[in-house]
Amino acid sequence: MCLAIPGEVVEISADRPDIARVAVSGVKRLINIGLLGEKPVPGEWVLIHVGFALSKVDEGEAKAVLDFLEGIGKSYEDELAALRDSRIE
Amino acid sequence: MRFVDEYRDADKARALSARITALCEPGRAYKFMEVCGGHTHTIYKHGLEDYLPEQVTLVHGPGCPVCVIPMGRVDDSIHIARTPGVLMTSFGDMMRVPGSGGNFFDANAEGTNIRMVYSPLDSLKIARQNPDLQVVFMAIGFETTAPSTAMTVLRAAAEEVPNFSIFCNHVTIIPAIKAILDSPDLRLDGFLGPGHVSTVIGCRPYEFIARDYGKPVVVAGFEPLDILQSIYLLMRQLDEGRSQVENQYTRVVPWRGNAVALRAIGEVMELRPYFEWRGLGFISHSALRVRERYATFDAERKFDLPGVRVADPKACQCGEVLKGVLKPWECKVFGTACTPETPIGTCMVSPEGACAAYYNFGRFSRQRVREASRT
Repeated sequence: MCLAIPGEVVEISADRPDIARVAVSGVKRLINIGLLGEKPVPGEWVLIHVGFALSKVDEGEAKAVLDFLEGIGKSYEDELAALRDSRIE
Repeated sequence: MRFVDEYRDADKARALSARITALCEPGRAYKFMEVCGGHTHTIYKHGLEDYLPEQVTLVHGPGCPVCVIPMGRVDDSIHIARTPGVLMTSFGDMMRVPGSGGNFFDANAEGTNIRMVYSPLDSLKIARQNPDLQVVFMAIGFETTAPSTAMTVLRAAAEEVPNFSIFCNHVTIIPAIKAILDSPDLRLDGFLGPGHVSTVIGCRPYEFIARDYGKPVVVAGFEPLDILQSIYLLMRQLDEGRSQVENQYTRVVPWRGNAVALRAIGEVMELRPYFEWRGLGFISHSALRVRERYATFDAERKFDLPGVRVADPKACQCGEVLKGVLKPWECKVFGTACTPETPIGTCMVSPEGACAAYYNFGRFSRQRVREASRT
C-alpha cells in the first residue's frame, strides 16, 4: 500500500464526477479523483494510491515511475494484483 | 554493481557521485536520514551506498507505516475482528504483522474474517453489500493515506452506511522526525524528505528542522538519480553553510501540498494527545483519531478495546533500526530468527521496511562489495 502508481485517465464517469476509469499496466479500473484540486481529462496521467489519485503527473514522469516500479519487482506486482481485485464504484 | 549493470543512467549517477565526493571535507563524516521507506527500498535495490564516498552514510528512518504500528494495536484489531458479526478489512501489508498472539492470518485460521482490500473504498463497498455485518477498515498510513480514509468516511456518511467504521491508526510524520531530532542517540547532518507524504503536506512543515535544528532537508523523488541528486543538494547546503528546505521532487510535490486532501483529513480526523509508535515509544500529537461528529464511523467508539500496551519481543531491535541507531544487519536476529517469511519485527514485514529491503537486496550488494575487495 506504500506505492503510488501511475495510471492514464481513460474517462471520467458521466454521473459521478469524482470517479474516473484509468489504465494501469493494461488493467482498467475505477479510481476516485476527489482529492485532485484540478480534475484530470482523458489522456492525462495521475499517481494512484489506495484507489485515489494523489496528484497529476506529466506523461514523461509517469513513464519514468512505471520503469522504476517495474524494476522493483514483487512489491509492484502485489500492488497491481491488489488493484486488479479492487472494485471501487 | 547492480546499478551499473541495470540502470540506464549510470553515467549520470557516477557524475553525481563525483560531485558529492568533491564536497566532502577531509576528516568529516556525514550522516543523512532518509525518512521514507520507499527511499530505503531504492537505496538497497540499486546499491546506492556503493556510489557514495565512505564519509557519507545513509540512515534509515521511521517512514514505513506498517513498521511503526505497535503490537498492542494489532492485538486490538484482532480483538475487534473476533467480535461476532464483524468483518475486518486491511491492506495486504498488515496481514503478516505480528501481534502478541499471532498475525491476521493466524487469527483467520482461528475463525476471524479479516479480508485484504486494495482501498478503503473497497471496504465501504463490502459494507454496503453486507448490511448484516459490521465492516471495519484497519486504517494505517501517514498523511499520504489518511486523506483516502477520510474521503471514504465522508462518503459513508453521505450514503449513510451504518455498518462501516474505521479503526484509525493514521500517524503523522513531523512529530516522529522531531522525536528523532531530540533523541540523544543519533547525530544527523540532514534529511531526505519523504516524497509522497509531501505531495499532501507540502514542504513547509519541514521548515522547523532547518530553522530550529539547523539541518538541511531535501524532499526527494524515488528514482536512484533523484536520491543521489538530493544527497548532492544536502552536501551543497552544508558546504555553503546553509540549512534550508529544498524540493528536488518538484515534478510531483507542490510546495504547499494538496489543500483538498488536508481539508478532508481535518474534517474527519483530529490529533490524538499521544500515540505509541513501535520502537519509538509514545510521541505527543503524532497520530490521528476520528472526530466526535463522525463517531458512528469510529471502531474505537463502537467496540470495547483491550488497549493493552504490549512490549516488543526482547530479541527484536526494530526500535533501534527505526531510529536509525542500528543498521538492519546489526540486529541480533536479522536474517536468522527474523526473515521476511517468519518476521519477528515489523521492519522485516513490509517490503518498504529497512530490514526486508536490506534482506532482499542489500545483503547481495554488500557481498559483491566484499567479493570485489578480495579480488
